[in-house]
Amino acid sequence: MQQYDIIIIGAGIVGSMVARTLSRYDLDILWIEKESDICTGATAANSAIVHGGYDAMPGSLKAKMNIAGNAMWDQLAAELQFPFARTGTYVVAIGAEELAALDELKRRGDAGGVPTEIISGAAMREREPSINAEVSGALYCPTGGICDPWAATIAAAENAVMNGVELRLNTAFEDFIWDSESANQRISESANQGIGETSKIVGVKTNQGDFYARWIINAAGLFADEVMHKAGVRPEFHITPRRGEYYVMDRIKVQINNVLFPVPSKVSKGILVTTTLHGNTLVGPNAKEIADKTDVAVTAEGMREIWDGAQKLVPGLSQRDVIATFAGLRPGGNAPCIGCATPYNKDFIIEIPENVAGFVNLGGMESPALTAAPAIAERVVALLQGAGVDLRVKADWNPIRPARPVFRHLDRKAQAALIAQDSRYGRVICRCETVTEGEIVAEIHAPIPATTYDAIKRRTWLGTGRCLGGFDMPRVVDILARELGVAPLSVSKKGEGSEFLHRRTKA
Amino acid sequence: MKTTYDVIVIGSGPGGLAAAIAAKKGGADDVLVLERDIELGGILLQCIHSGFGLETFKEDLPGPSYAQRFADEAKAIGVEYLLDTMVLDVTPDRRIFVTSSRGGLLELHARAIIMAMGCRERTRAQIRLPGPRPAGVYTAGTAQRWVNVEGYMPGKRFVILGSGDIGMIMARRLTFEGAKVEGVLEVMPYLTGLSRNYVQCLLDFDIPLHLSHTVKRIIGKNRVEAVEAVAVDERWQPIPGTEEIIPCDTLLLSVGLIPENELSLKAGVTLDPVTGGPYVDDGFQTNVPGIYAAGNVVHVYDLVDWVTQAGITAGKRAAQQITNGKWQMANGVPTQAGDNVRYVVPHKVNPETLTEDTLMLQMRVTRPLEQPVRIEVRDGETVIASKNERYVRPGEMVNLTLRGRDYDAVRQAKSLTAAVVPR
Repeated sequence: MQQYDIIIIGAGIVGSMVARTLSRYDLDILWIEKESDICTGATAANSAIVHGGYDAMPGSLKAKMNIAGNAMWDQLAAELQFPFARTGTYVVAIGAEELAALDELKRRGDAGGVPTEIISGAAMREREPSINAEVSGALYCPTGGICDPWAATIAAAENAVMNGVELRLNTAFEDFIWDSESANQRISESANQGIGETSKIVGVKTNQGDFYARWIINAAGLFADEVMHKAGVRPEFHITPRRGEYYVMDRIKVQINNVLFPVPSKVSKGILVTTTLHGNTLVGPNAKEIADKTDVAVTAEGMREIWDGAQKLVPGLSQRDVIATFAGLRPGGNAPCIGCATPYNKDFIIEIPENVAGFVNLGGMESPALTAAPAIAERVVALLQGAGVDLRVKADWNPIRPARPVFRHLDRKAQAALIAQDSRYGRVICRCETVTEGEIVAEIHAPIPATTYDAIKRRTWLGTGRCLGGFDMPRVVDILARELGVAPLSVSKKGEGSEFLHRRTKA
Repeated sequence: MKTTYDVIVIGSGPGGLAAAIAAKKGGADDVLVLERDIELGGILLQCIHSGFGLETFKEDLPGPSYAQRFADEAKAIGVEYLLDTMVLDVTPDRRIFVTSSRGGLLELHARAIIMAMGCRERTRAQIRLPGPRPAGVYTAGTAQRWVNVEGYMPGKRFVILGSGDIGMIMARRLTFEGAKVEGVLEVMPYLTGLSRNYVQCLLDFDIPLHLSHTVKRIIGKNRVEAVEAVAVDERWQPIPGTEEIIPCDTLLLSVGLIPENELSLKAGVTLDPVTGGPYVDDGFQTNVPGIYAAGNVVHVYDLVDWVTQAGITAGKRAAQQITNGKWQMANGVPTQAGDNVRYVVPHKVNPETLTEDTLMLQMRVTRPLEQPVRIEVRDGETVIASKNERYVRPGEMVNLTLRGRDYDAVRQAKSLTAAVVPR
């Protein structure tokens, strides 16, 4: 029997921040993820914004966690050595009728102590010359910023693993294991339809066997509702994925300097036009409710919708400059807010449920969960402490995750020195994004090894440029096969069933 | 290692090799070719089908053999080259930064640079193809590399979107390898590649071509499982009720090529938004003095022989320029696209250099005309030169050669407008 102190389910940004934060303490932690890599669900495809926190409903967990999380990013970026830029963000009003929406956002920001400022249309035009000429004003939030969700998640996860967390990929949660006494009790309770004494979870069943722990943390993202239902918690809570589609623009052709939101709609923050840490302009997302939690298809209608939305902010964009399309899912649910003055039922869930012991429940982790994740992790620590878990800081905990060299970010002298050290850094494999063999090999042998094409892509940015990997793909398949000691035929895009190649050609 | 050269050529495909040879023969002392792959020849090395060299050698050669002739000649006359070497940056003052495992990071300098980077394939993003992102969606050229260079089949049941030449050639190649090619879908109402490839690669192998059809969406999460094909109207909009699910495990895209000019842009070269390549004069010099461009980096050609010709011209002119020291792109006579002409290359004809035997204007038509036509070059209303064709098709380039007898008129012209008119 494998006994742990804590099992974490799910390796998105929330799971990674929880794992990293808990790795500080003297605990045996198992971390399970159903996919072949971390960072493949909601975290993998979103707007990459670290929100200021002015638009979450005042009093909600979303607002509190957003504001607290936002403040933590500078230190996180420094410790985990991932890129982050506090660029400030803008909500742009087009035409006089949209100006009122800025006041409402400013009020919300003031309520939470989020610094915001309403600037004139002329000032906005000056800061972003390509903005719609009918801009009437903008809400500027200086504490907003941009991140690379892949880099942040992978860095946090790697730091967790460096500090002793045991990560098991391809391990899918199936059910909970209950303490036998409380399990019997639970059956009789459900027969009586009453809420009686607390039942206790002692482990999880997975496709890779059973694992036992004193505490299980649900960080299952899009699937958090299914996990909590297996625990008998919040049967009325459902995650309804809202899909958002995006365009990535060629950075040589399109230069947007800022993070530009439209005034928000009822269902989302609207279709934005934003700069990214990689210099590419990102356009999107729309918000479409869908039934399938794995359906990340882009659609003709969705692409039309984001294009119309983007042109409202920046009319001069051209679809000819689109170099990539993708879609992501928002794992939003119907959790009521406790602290909100006005009714609000889209809050985060961060709790130890009353009637289930040994279970920390997280849910509804849509935007601003990326921003909030480090604060959510601290709140999980507080909950565990409150429940009497003995949390002793490890003497040898190391908060620093050393970044690996990124060839394209170095100056010529440093590039030459790196190649002199390891000649594989001299060989460029991805021509559009200038990713070298050395970087790819380093990721394959990293603390969390990249074993698929997409895993390498998320870690190096390879294959994200104009040719979408057409040039690098055969070369990366070769390198993966060589480094992993497998045949090229078994190299995959994103795990089993997604192999690139079918068979050898005829002799 | 030597770091200063008379001429540096970026890319060793047919344009680059021809340019390097011509520059060397034309009097450039030292000529260096930079190639990112491990052999000279560029994309020709994966084009193992025949059909190359009919104009140049009056022979029907496979791509690698065609490339080898130029590679051999280049080596024989002392053209230097660096393989497995990527160019990181080119500056307007003709410094070139390259990197390789063997040589490390180098700064090179050239008196003249010839850009010969070729082109890249349009991707699913550029046609905004709906669906998720499973394995099994590849550009035709990537699949071609896997099959012909690496020796792997990327699937067993294929659908090909786009009737570009590489897609049609791959349809035949995959069939030879025992794969099933369900068909080729083309959104336009006409073929976009060469008619000869339609006959030799599709018709001869009973592979259906569906004009005015496209892929409405890709189906499959981990690996392609099917595509939903649909007929489109004259505005390329799907016609409801014509959808058909075609089971397959691989979708190949042959939906166009884009001249690859990111390095040109770094060097300050101005691009023509229609061709995607640099504005060039009749010697293939760009707006940046001493920087030339040759081959598919300028505009997408239909036959390798014309690429070779362009390389020869660029190489020769670069060598001449080094000897005579005339660096500025001259104020030449501009060319213009007239009726049913999408673009004309070169963009400018320099009257001072009209000393060659012939000057070829190359163009592509906007829409097919399946009837006898006349190709004309006019200065205003005055026809300077013309020729007859039986038809014109967007997939097939139109060449019009100006000769010595036309040059007086060219010198006096305000502009040269190319047009295609029915006869």
